[in-house]
Amino acid sequence: MFKFLHKFGSPPYFYNFINKILPYLYIIFFGLLLYGMYGALITAPADYQQGNSFRIIYVHVPAAWMSMFVYMVMASCAVVVLIWRMKMAQIMLISSVAVGAIFTTIALVTGSIWGKPMWGAWWVWDARLTSELILLFLYIGVLALYNAIEDKKIAIKAVSILVLVGVVNIPIIHYSVEWWNTLHQGPTVTKFDKPSIHIDMLIPLLVMAVAFKFYYIINLLHNAKNQILISESTTSWVKDMVKKQS
Amino acid sequence: MKVFIAIIKRDLLLLSRKPADFYNPPLFFVLVIILYPFALGADSEILKIGAAGLVWISALLASILSLDNIFKADYGDGTLEEMVLSPHPLVIISLAKVVVYWFFTGLPLLLLSPILGLMMGLPSEGIWILMLSLLLGTPVLSLIGAIGAALTVGLKNGGVILSLLVLPLYIPVLIFGSSAVNNSIAGLDVMGSIYILSAFFTLSLVLAPLAIAASLKLSISN
Repeated sequence: MFKFLHKFGSPPYFYNFINKILPYLYIIFFGLLLYGMYGALITAPADYQQGNSFRIIYVHVPAAWMSMFVYMVMASCAVVVLIWRMKMAQIMLISSVAVGAIFTTIALVTGSIWGKPMWGAWWVWDARLTSELILLFLYIGVLALYNAIEDKKIAIKAVSILVLVGVVNIPIIHYSVEWWNTLHQGPTVTKFDKPSIHIDMLIPLLVMAVAFKFYYIINLLHNAKNQILISESTTSWVKDMVKKQS
Repeated sequence: MKVFIAIIKRDLLLLSRKPADFYNPPLFFVLVIILYPFALGADSEILKIGAAGLVWISALLASILSLDNIFKADYGDGTLEEMVLSPHPLVIISLAKVVVYWFFTGLPLLLLSPILGLMMGLPSEGIWILMLSLLLGTPVLSLIGAIGAALTVGLKNGGVILSLLVLPLYIPVLIFGSSAVNNSIAGLDVMGSIYILSAFFTLSLVLAPLAIAASLKLSISN
């Protein structure tokens, strides 16, 4: 187990590992995406109240889930960075930020497009929308802090502290905002006994959610490759590789 | 405890030699509040509805304004480095610095708020609750803000980033602070919001110094 972990701590091994698994990830991602889109756009029945416009949930909901999931990944990486100082955790953490910020933006934009016909307004100061917007600012804050500190070794640790402070605050912010105002429809999937969403609608949604996860992993690994090359640019294995390719 | 008191004494002494730091935040606070009637109109009904929120937002802005100064001077002349290196727990030292910081930003706002509340047409019931909510809320603002200040102390233009880092984290305090006052004006129960503000206060009092100390250590090594 530790030998396995130790191997992943070595940048060249990790770099080659990424190169090896990326093609498979692409295949799985496109397969899931096509299947999910087919289910979402063709086989799922139209909603009895919202008609066809409900179909935007197949982008909106997975993006919103991912926006929170990515922050949790960042928080776990931050713990590893601060306690064990693993280099790969640092790379994972910083590679996730931009992807997470983009998922949050997608969730906000699609939500706004959906809100216009449903609520009659592009934006309402509803609890979930507002806490998603605040989440976006947390992501931007993390990026800004990372870019502002020139020594990247220190920057990543500063970012880790900030992410952990954020993770303590996210539930507080979420529930404060919820108390403050709520208009958003309640969760329809996570009721354990019987989801209030029809099964034909649910399956494509879950498939899309998994597809989004793979999309995140692919993006994360591409970013991670760049980060590895930047931080290892003075080492011999990177130089050898560049020589081989040119 | 000795260190705690020593740091507080030292910082208060430093502050008394440079009174500008002491009267700038409250001055800013008053000025921002004076601006609202010009923007919203002098209609006392509108002002009364918005009063709680306006006072709270101004308090928030005033406490952000001088956040940059908590650690800046000590960082500049190397005192902070000595504090980090000293055998005394950094958590206590940073807590002492936040207490002094609150003393010269939070406390004046608290003392000024009844006057401003009267000017905005708050009933006397609301003014008491406003003061109580500020008493519980402004320390939270100082504690959370100090984390941001500690993270950005080594940066050349940390001020802009500082507000980006800290303002989103201020939102819960703002929500419950102003809802307490609004509820009291509407004749509803206020204790719920007050209890939650107290919870925020205790939580940040316990956790924030840890984050501040860790961030200071990082900023020193920069």
